[in-house]
Amino acid sequence: MTQYLMIIIGAIFINNFIFTRFLGLCPFIGVSKETKPALSMGLAVTFVMTMASLITWLIYRFILIPYNLLYLRTISFILVIATFVQLVEIFIHKVSPTLFRAFGIYLPLITTNCAVLGVALLNSEMFFKEKEVLTNSFSFSILQGFSAGLGFTLAILLMSGIRERLEMAEVPQALKNIPIAFIVASLMSIAFLGFVGFKL
Amino acid sequence: MKRLWYEFKKGLTIQNPTFGLILGLCPTLAISTTVVNALGMGIAATFVLLGSNIIISALRRIIPQEIRIPCYIVVIATFVTITELLMKASSPTLSKTLGIFVPLIVVNCIVMARAEAFASKNSLIYSLFDALGMGLGFTLALTLIAGIREILGNGTFLGIPILKNFEPIIVLILPPGALLTIGLLIGLTNWLKRKKK
Repeated sequence: MTQYLMIIIGAIFINNFIFTRFLGLCPFIGVSKETKPALSMGLAVTFVMTMASLITWLIYRFILIPYNLLYLRTISFILVIATFVQLVEIFIHKVSPTLFRAFGIYLPLITTNCAVLGVALLNSEMFFKEKEVLTNSFSFSILQGFSAGLGFTLAILLMSGIRERLEMAEVPQALKNIPIAFIVASLMSIAFLGFVGFKL
Repeated sequence: MKRLWYEFKKGLTIQNPTFGLILGLCPTLAISTTVVNALGMGIAATFVLLGSNIIISALRRIIPQEIRIPCYIVVIATFVTITELLMKASSPTLSKTLGIFVPLIVVNCIVMARAEAFASKNSLIYSLFDALGMGLGFTLALTLIAGIREILGNGTFLGIPILKNFEPIIVLILPPGALLTIGLLIGLTNWLKRKKK
């Protein structure tokens, strides 16, 4: 049980994908100007990361390992993720046009979000030892995908709140917009450093 | 000849991927703790850029418009896999410190952006110079950031101690330092651009 808890806390706080691992920075800077789109982006990323963890686990376990194809990891993961995102887009478009409008423009962007491929690669390194499948690797992978997504959502939501207020602040011309966003992120990252070494 | 020079130069100056276009930030921030890592990453990315730009430019009339993005991804992923295997064989320690950021070159926006915006529209020789310029520009930007972080955060350059009697600013080699350095450097670029006008 503590192992599961540690994965959740680890992925959300200790090794937050944005602040310590630096995965998924493009959407983090690009879509964090307002709270509402930031939340949609966060939820979309969480969903895709969870599903990508599931699918890539299956591919790694049942295709790459038995057929000795570990060197195809990168290429197979990225293709599967890209296809999956495309399918989700088509599916949402058919089933719920309202959701599509809320989610729509963010979905294609997620394919090139390194957080999604990053979590799949991390899972394959943390929960497999070369060709050996470690215990509980399936549930751990999905949990890590989901929690990392939540960590991303938390980060982007906090950031958008701050940036909404920054609009009013008097920032030096040269630092406006992106540079000040990085400096704010740096200060937030210092706060997240406080979680390092945390153990249950 | 003049055009070749222009395609090469633009990646180093006005269209520098890191400071000008603000692309490919994740690896820039994550691995810029030491100059050695930065050079390794820069060379790996330049190799992938060169390979993918050449192949995509050579195949630009054959690749169907509708499925061009998946085609680009396959080409890029192939070169990334080659880089991964080469690096694992030639310098295992570097490959271990760079970790998942080597396979993550696949989703580095610089490579994709050059394929889509340049290699798919221009002839082979121009694409080659474009890739060289962009790769070198990326490597230089990485080395600059890593240099600042390593010297001020650790007191060393390429692992050699250079600052004596100096209390290193440890926060700079920790994750927040990366965000701070890049924020200030982009700010500096903006300031220089405004001054020029």
